[in-house]
Amino acid sequence: MKILVCISHVPDTTSKINFTDGDTKFDTNGVQFVINPNDEFGLTRAMWFKEKQGASVDVVNVGGAETEPTLRKALAIGADNAIRVNTEAKDGFQVAKELAKVAKDGNYDLVIAGRESIDYNGGMVPGMMAKILGANFVNTCVSLEVDGDKATAIREIDGGKETLTASLPLVIGGQKGLVEESDLKIPNMRGIMMARKKPLNVVEPSNAEAFTSSEKFEKPAPKGDVKLVSEDNLDELINLLHNEAKVI
Amino acid sequence: MSVLVYIESENGKFKKASYEAASYAKGVADQLGTTVTAISINANDNASLGNYGVSKVLNVANDKLAKFNAEAYADAIAQAAKNEDAKVVVIGQTANDKYIAPILAVDLEAGYASNVVELPSSTAPFQVKRTAFTNKAFNVTNISTDVKVIGVSKNAYGLVENNTEASIEDFAPTLADGDFTVNVESVDKAKDKVTIADAEIVVSGGRGLKGPENWGMIEDLAETLGAATACSKPVSDMGWRPHSEHVGQTGKPVASNLYIAVGISGAIQHLAGINASKTKVVINNDPEAPFFKAADYGIVGDAFEVLPKLTEKLKEFKANNA
Ligand SMILES: Cc1cc2nc3c(=O)[nH]c(=O)nc-3n(C[C@H](O)[C@H](O)[C@H](O)COP(=O)(O)OP(=O)(O)OC[C@H]3O[C@@H](n4cnc5c(N)ncnc54)[C@H](O)[C@@H]3O)c2cc1C
Ligand SMILES: Nc1ncnc2c1ncn2[C@@H]1O[C@H](COP(=O)(O)O)[C@@H](O)[C@H]1O
Repeated sequence: MKILVCISHVPDTTSKINFTDGDTKFDTNGVQFVINPNDEFGLTRAMWFKEKQGASVDVVNVGGAETEPTLRKALAIGADNAIRVNTEAKDGFQVAKELAKVAKDGNYDLVIAGRESIDYNGGMVPGMMAKILGANFVNTCVSLEVDGDKATAIREIDGGKETLTASLPLVIGGQKGLVEESDLKIPNMRGIMMARKKPLNVVEPSNAEAFTSSEKFEKPAPKGDVKLVSEDNLDELINLLHNEAKVI
Repeated sequence: MSVLVYIESENGKFKKASYEAASYAKGVADQLGTTVTAISINANDNASLGNYGVSKVLNVANDKLAKFNAEAYADAIAQAAKNEDAKVVVIGQTANDKYIAPILAVDLEAGYASNVVELPSSTAPFQVKRTAFTNKAFNVTNISTDVKVIGVSKNAYGLVENNTEASIEDFAPTLADGDFTVNVESVDKAKDKVTIADAEIVVSGGRGLKGPENWGMIEDLAETLGAATACSKPVSDMGWRPHSEHVGQTGKPVASNLYIAVGISGAIQHLAGINASKTKVVINNDPEAPFFKAADYGIVGDAFEVLPKLTEKLKEFKANNA
């Protein structure tokens, strides 16, 4: 089985979000970039397929040279090859088209992407990619087994779970549950040394068109101060929730 | 030309989020000087959509669509959009909506904006505001394609009543075998439990509750309020509560009217996921806990003392206000 894991390169979850150039650009000053958390769960599941079922695992990112350390980290975790499509990610559609081309050219059986990226959080790339490829698609995937060309997946729905079957080729939008938090691997020294020698192929984009563009960013309006209520005066809290906030 | 809105139903019934999508579609239709057509699949109560400004309902009744299937649903909606010559297609942001929308966007060669929180600020160029950086910021996005797909966030635009007479027409999309290659084998859904996605109120517990054996207090409070229960990430990682209750930046997003956080410190990743909630209450014994900076109302106190008292008082309140 040939697996492709799509890796989005995103600001660490602790990052303060600020903008520059008249609020048109994300301020990367002092920001650490990481593998998108949803993709990390997917990558770890891919390593399981590699170890238990002899799968090969490639990782791919659509982005500039600045994303290479993130791809190297994926190699250090155990991916075999990395591919970087050398173009700025402009919108979900453009990225999906570029990724679909890589998936098609490489004849991958299984494409693992994340439910959403935590920067743009469009939640759109995996579904678009699947539709462009004509592949099956399972979103919010929390469990995945593959037997031959048959996949069994569990998807999270509002208030429960759904078990689905589909044949390969398959694209998933994955998240926590694919593996547990405690299964996530921190690259060790050997992994990091080996990753340096693994191939990171830079491919030129097909110049797919974007359908949306970012006009500007805004920060949420600052919040007023918290109203503290004494624990001996819970009636006051109920009064505030009923009459002021009108939520009970 | 009209604005098309897909109205999700469950067991034939519409939910509040569906009516919110209809309300939003009416807002966009007014801006564009046109009317709203809705498409529903195996729903019973189509006439009620008129209350939120829908003029025409395309009623799809098809046993093949009895089980949810993203590809087939997207195909049906795309055909309706083409028939109606819709330039704007509105959809909600439930788990199923988020599954359908990207497929639909490819079908229609449409630019798609997800997590939209307001009506377009301009329709030419077409600009909408959406959340980005998991709720830490907003992005104003231009959509440049002729047809646009808009995913409208729950509890952002809200319900807007608008008395319209809705005509109901049967609509029979042509479905191909290729639409049914992902099969639902089984569904495991808790009955009579409020889900985080639907809940108006969410009561959430953190590590401050010390252990899973103490969750009775959270459940009592939630039950009294008709609320869903949720938890912080470490609580689900330690197996005190199921993963499905984990909320935050890497868990489920919460956009309820009221979010009550008990024994949760208010880490940036937690707050990112819940700050779309309208009113936030924190109960924490440490006055320095960062959650107090993000909350509207706070109680500095021991959860083990405050919660039972609060639940009692709320029961009285409910009894007097029933
Ligand atoms: C990549 C990444 C992603 C993450 N994503 C998420 C996410 O999506 N969601 C999330 O929640 N977290 C997330 N986290 C974790 C986050 O950083 C915090 O560690 C976590 O939110 C803390 O959980 P907590 O508030 O329950 O526990 P703690 O931080 O331990 O806080 C417990 C609180 O309980 C209070 N307390 C103790 N005893 C009592 C008492 N008797 N009565 C009242 N209060 C009491 C304490 O004062 C304290 O404030 C993420 C972390 C990382 C690194
Ligand atoms: N620039 C990118 N390069 C590679 N994969 C990406 C990129 N952007 C998004 N993805 C994948 O698509 C998923 C969902 O992203 P999004 O639709 O942006 O929320 C991510 O979790 C990644 O797996």
